[in-house]
Amino acid sequence: MATNGGHSPLEQFEIKPIIGDWVVNADGTRYLPFHTLTNSSLYMLIAIAGVLIFLSFGMRRGAMVPGRWQSMSELSYEFVANLIKDTIGSEGRKYFPIVFTLFMFVLFANLLGMLPYSFTVTSHIVVTLALALMVFIGVTILAVAKHGLHFFSFFVPPGSPVAMWPLLIPIEVISYLSRPISLSVRLFANMLAGHTLLKVIAGFIAPLGVFGVLPFALITALTGLEILIAFLQAYVFAILTCLYINDALHLH
Amino acid sequence: MPQFDPGVFATQIFWLALTFIPLYFILSRSLLPKIGGILEQRQRRLDDDLGKAEALRKEAEAVLAEYEKAHAEAEARAQAAVREAQEAIAAETAKAQDALSETLAKQLAEAEARIAQARQEAASGIREAAAEVASAATERLIGVKPDAKTAAGAVDAAAGD
Repeated sequence: MATNGGHSPLEQFEIKPIIGDWVVNADGTRYLPFHTLTNSSLYMLIAIAGVLIFLSFGMRRGAMVPGRWQSMSELSYEFVANLIKDTIGSEGRKYFPIVFTLFMFVLFANLLGMLPYSFTVTSHIVVTLALALMVFIGVTILAVAKHGLHFFSFFVPPGSPVAMWPLLIPIEVISYLSRPISLSVRLFANMLAGHTLLKVIAGFIAPLGVFGVLPFALITALTGLEILIAFLQAYVFAILTCLYINDALHLH
Repeated sequence: MPQFDPGVFATQIFWLALTFIPLYFILSRSLLPKIGGILEQRQRRLDDDLGKAEALRKEAEAVLAEYEKAHAEAEARAQAAVREAQEAIAAETAKAQDALSETLAKQLAEAEARIAQARQEAASGIREAAAEVASAATERLIGVKPDAKTAAGAVDAAAGD
């Protein structure tokens, strides 16, 4: 896609090797060996370092009366804890660490992507799909472990007439199987679209000369919106994970 | 789009696992229990303080109730004392008044008796003097001195009509 000398709005999504290099196949396609350190891997490392620094520096004193930073760390903890309490209830405590990790990882990856010249880890479908599949498989295993074969009653809407089952069950199965797709595509598409839009509008600034002020003002507003979306999508990812866990625990 | 290049899938999945899994373990084993512990400790402390405040409030209320009770008792005692004093004063006043009126009545009776006596004395003195005057006048007129009894009888007869 980046054909016009590296100024395509999609250039920001390119994976570039930092340590290691492309390997060319016999058919001319190329790939990166799995252990290659790329810009994506670098930003994943920065994201988890960010999460760990944010939490451990906030908690380094563990004061009874928290300072600003500690308050923010506690706020993130209580935010996710309340999310779980509201959607799953007290049984959800066990799943707090994984939901919190997902939330913080996605949040930091999204927010890091807002820095100019940075890379957005969550703008790649393969990353969001991997996270969504992890949630999906984990939730399915949880449901089968808890309910056994009774789990399959989940695909039969309660109170529906038997005559409707041949229609309803496939719909329910498809809707269940499409969960990881909707979960991953939602996050990926939001990040992709937002960042692409920013770059497209930014591309208008220089050619318009003095009138470039207009797209510049727009991009300033959109940056604020994108930061909101970065939070919102992390929240949506976490709350949907909670809802899926709740379904797995209670079926209907 | 770079997102759909299968050549970059493996490395991203590998690094995602390499970063996400350790993050999960560090958070769930170390950082989250630490934050949770501090929050719980703070909650306990708050509950403790609230409990203490509640106990103090109850104590203050008990003290207030006791004070009010003591105050009411003191007031009642004071009122009783005032009433007693008033009664005592009223009784004393009544007694003093009785004594005074008795004295006055006695004095009045004495005075009346004295007046009656004086009147009687005066009345009998007038009779004797009249008898003496009558006898002296009779002697001077006729040279005969009537005895006292006759004179007195004449005076009585003259005063009698």
